[in-house]
Amino acid sequence: MEYAAIFLPLFGSIIGYLSKGFKDFLPLLITTLCIFLSSILSIIIFYNGIVHDQYGNYLIFEWISSGDFTANWTINVDPLSSIILVVVSLISFLVHLYSIEYMRHDPNKPRFMSYLSLFTFSMMVLVVSDNFLQLFFGWEGVGLCSYLLIGFWYKKDSANQAAIKAFLVNRVGDLGLAIGVFLIFLYFGTINFSEIFVSVPNFSSKQINFLGIEINLITAICSFLFLGAMGKSAQLFLHTWLPDAMEGPTPVSALIHAATMVTAGVFLVARCSPIFEYSQVALNFVTIIGMLTALFAASVALVQNDIKRIIAYSTCSQLGYMFFAAGVGAYHVAIFHLFTHAFFKALLFLGSGSVIHSLNDEQDIRKMGGLWKKMPFTWISMIIGTLALTGFPFLSGYYSKDAIIEFAFLSGSNLGYIAAGVGILTAFLTAIYSWRLIFKTFHGKFNNQETNQTNIHESGINILLPLGILVIGSIVAGFLFKEMLIGNYFSNFWDNSILITKEIDHKNIPLWLLISTPIIVTISIPISFYIYLKNKEFLNKLKFNNQKIYNFLINKWYFDEIYDFIFVKPIKKVGLFFWKIGDVKTIDRYGPDGISKIIKLISNKATKLQSGYIFDYAFVMLIGFSLLLTFFIIYI
Amino acid sequence: MNFPILSSITFIPLIGALFIFLTKDEKNEQNKGAIYVSLFTSFVNFFLTLFLWYSFDKTTSDFQFIEEQSWISGFIKFKFGIDGISILFILLTTLVTPIAIISCINSVKQRLKEFLIAILVLQTFMIGVFCSLDLVIFYIFFEAGLIPMFLIIGIWGGPNKVYSAFKFFLFTLLGSVLMLVAVITIYWITGTTDVNEIYQIKIPQEYQYLLWLAFFSSFAVKLPMWPVHTWLPDAHVEAPTPGSVILAAILLKMGGYGFLRFSVSMFPIASEYFAPLIFTLSIIAIIYTSLVALMQDDMKKLVAYSSVAHMGFVTLGIFTFEKQGIEGSMLQMISHGLISAALFLSVGVLYDRIHSRLINTYGGLAKIIPKYSFILMIFVLAALGLPGTSGFIGEFLVLVGAFKTNFLVAILASTGIVLSAAYMLWMYKRVIFGKLENNELKKIKDMNSNEFSILLFLGVLIIVFGFYPEPLLETMRVSVDNLISNYNLEVKKNMALN
Repeated sequence: MEYAAIFLPLFGSIIGYLSKGFKDFLPLLITTLCIFLSSILSIIIFYNGIVHDQYGNYLIFEWISSGDFTANWTINVDPLSSIILVVVSLISFLVHLYSIEYMRHDPNKPRFMSYLSLFTFSMMVLVVSDNFLQLFFGWEGVGLCSYLLIGFWYKKDSANQAAIKAFLVNRVGDLGLAIGVFLIFLYFGTINFSEIFVSVPNFSSKQINFLGIEINLITAICSFLFLGAMGKSAQLFLHTWLPDAMEGPTPVSALIHAATMVTAGVFLVARCSPIFEYSQVALNFVTIIGMLTALFAASVALVQNDIKRIIAYSTCSQLGYMFFAAGVGAYHVAIFHLFTHAFFKALLFLGSGSVIHSLNDEQDIRKMGGLWKKMPFTWISMIIGTLALTGFPFLSGYYSKDAIIEFAFLSGSNLGYIAAGVGILTAFLTAIYSWRLIFKTFHGKFNNQETNQTNIHESGINILLPLGILVIGSIVAGFLFKEMLIGNYFSNFWDNSILITKEIDHKNIPLWLLISTPIIVTISIPISFYIYLKNKEFLNKLKFNNQKIYNFLINKWYFDEIYDFIFVKPIKKVGLFFWKIGDVKTIDRYGPDGISKIIKLISNKATKLQSGYIFDYAFVMLIGFSLLLTFFIIYI
Repeated sequence: MNFPILSSITFIPLIGALFIFLTKDEKNEQNKGAIYVSLFTSFVNFFLTLFLWYSFDKTTSDFQFIEEQSWISGFIKFKFGIDGISILFILLTTLVTPIAIISCINSVKQRLKEFLIAILVLQTFMIGVFCSLDLVIFYIFFEAGLIPMFLIIGIWGGPNKVYSAFKFFLFTLLGSVLMLVAVITIYWITGTTDVNEIYQIKIPQEYQYLLWLAFFSSFAVKLPMWPVHTWLPDAHVEAPTPGSVILAAILLKMGGYGFLRFSVSMFPIASEYFAPLIFTLSIIAIIYTSLVALMQDDMKKLVAYSSVAHMGFVTLGIFTFEKQGIEGSMLQMISHGLISAALFLSVGVLYDRIHSRLINTYGGLAKIIPKYSFILMIFVLAALGLPGTSGFIGEFLVLVGAFKTNFLVAILASTGIVLSAAYMLWMYKRVIFGKLENNELKKIKDMNSNEFSILLFLGVLIIVFGFYPEPLLETMRVSVDNLISNYNLEVKKNMALN
């Protein structure tokens, strides 16, 4: 069963791709059906895990064996992997279903579906790995699929640029991950998770000399692993690819850049929690990066105008929440937020896709407005998604986000207090930009000259059905799974798959903290209603008076420009320098060309000697003879 | 003495070449006879090698299938034999040669008969290099390989072929002269040229350094290492597709093989002494040539520069003297043999249609030739070392070995994985994606079954070894272990002496 769950998506991907020559619906049917079966199986695996405690590790075959280095292909089912399997396969199934309608007019549908399935397979391989190398395989595999899908519309130059950017920025992160793995192998002698976790305590105080810096081994390993997580999960400094990735088709954004792939970083940190727990420095690093990302992305999202980019920054920001949850030691809460986030963020993306689809691929929210009457179902699902995202009481986001803030507060350190404060502030910003999106898209006047209002219609059933399922998920996921994932009896569920240090205890949390987030997100609804719909002058004034801040935000803190200046341009220049100056003007000039020039010179001289005149030869003979004579006189 | 399988494998191509030489010139026809003969011989050879691999004993590090014949009595013996390292190179050679011959059909338009003769003769020399267990015989094969390659570039090359051919010749000759002196010196010291006997006798330490440098100069040019790499891009650009394929897939590997068989095994102390030099050059090769590759506007040059970067990993791995490092280098060489062959063939497919290797001629091909675009994607991904392709395993193991030796070297080398992704994907994007702007491109046809089948075959091999490299690792394991333990023994003895 475990084999089937993992390999069905791969099977679907390959068969779907090969059958593209046949009837159009065949690839769609095969891929969707495979994912459907896979998600059913995943749910059964998950259920068996909870009820019958059926977990296990299945060896497929040995991958690499070189000296004392071994890596296997395995399927490792434990609580952590089983819950992520459900998230991945379920969302993937809904996205497949949605794509049938969304991509209807695209001639390359089979390719698209095949990539989606391949992605699902890679993500599952990542999740069920019991060692770092297979994880790395999945890690790069999802990166590849993300690259292929962002650049799916290959005629668009911006899409190609975005695809390469995504791959390269991710590779920088992957480099970190790889170095982390090398360090682990070097000191632990294995890359198998359970074997590493057992021996971590023996190394907890080991210092190593890393490039002249004396550093704790565990801190170094965790920092490098986290660098990988930062790349994949688009954390500050390595986040620049995620907004650009919105060039891909919307179902891709929902599946890869919201629900699953970008959360792989969080998964990695949770998976490695037994290592991270031994390095307070690394954990603080994780907290700080998470915090900064949450705040940074939310601030940028406030002013963006592209509907998908707003949600992308929102994703970035929510991933920041997950990381600082992990940073304060609440790994299970991070996974809980990952779980709920998958539903409402996929819902928001698919909902915005529905809007984009009916507006003929218009993504600018300034050119929308008043759509709620035309698309009532999409409107309601987007509202529910937004409520869940902002953490409105009793929807899924409420449970997970509040738990994160409470945990940060409870951790007792100064950093924890700051993180809790940033968490609350970000919750407020999240509410503002999310409602801005809703009000600008669905309310107010219709602002689009290019599309006739009467042509706008609600999307078809294949789009609405996944939305409906995700709406249910967004409403109940938090409530239903709260007790199991982060409740007081959680240790029963997580077993040993995540290290859990402390339990949440509501008694120690002041009441004001408990109610502050719900109050903030509730009052932000009328606030944003006021500034975005009722009194637009207020906003314009604000913009006018703070032009510099506004520019700073709308240009995303100038990260792209800075990177272009520091990395992209100099690297090209250096490459050109090495080629033209290094290879051509130095090595070749003094190497082969130089030699051949000298030879030519000598042979030219030599030809002059062979002039054919007898006196020339006689002259040379004379010189030779006298030289010989001198030689004999001196030495004999 | 059983059937002399090694000499058969070595000399069958030569016999094939003789047959082609004797066939009549058919001016108007495509010279089908010559193609059939050469295909037949190269396939026979390939299957013989498979049989050799099958009957090869993987549990011993001794040389196997030894054939001995005295040539000049008391001096040079004609001695063949293989171990777990050389058999893989022979396999690579006999695998790539038929592929190169098939690609001749599309890309060599004139003097096909002579071209095929050159390829077959070259194959004999290459296999001879990997079989020889006598220094002089090795030297003869090693240098003889120069001639057919020189002719392939010089006769069937592009517009600047003479310059490139001479550059190729000049560089390689420089190294080989020094190696010849070294070979004579070794005979003078040990009184034998039998490789196995030299292993037993051990060369005195004071000679090792100079001898190592002499061999190094030859192998470094062949491989090629920075800064003697500049002949490679020129040679590739001018060489016809089959020539590039053989050059990249096999000829370069002679350098890596030489390092393992001679430098490390015969001069362990000098190898240890010079390892930092190799590390430095490897790091420069990886970073420098990757950056140069990024800026290339000619596809073949780009692939050539990327080869230099990939060979940087090979030298780095060998001189870590770790199991992972050396096994990684071996895998990297085999996998680069497949990947670079595939990449040059792919470039050749485009060149045969449009007669341009410049990247900016192309763009937007995805729509017109989807099959080609798909298969090129596999090779691009393999070249940038994506896990699941053979390219990944080699690089990864080399880096594991490097981390055991030196952090700084390892980290600098691992930046190569970012850079390789940059130049490969950027090239792919400019050639395959984007809008179709060049009208000439609209007419071109997708690959014919000929081209498709060989590329698919290579693609499948690359992926299979990416998921299951055990057949290769298993073959080399014992020999590599033996090589490392001998090395460690010598180095320890030397340490004790000092």
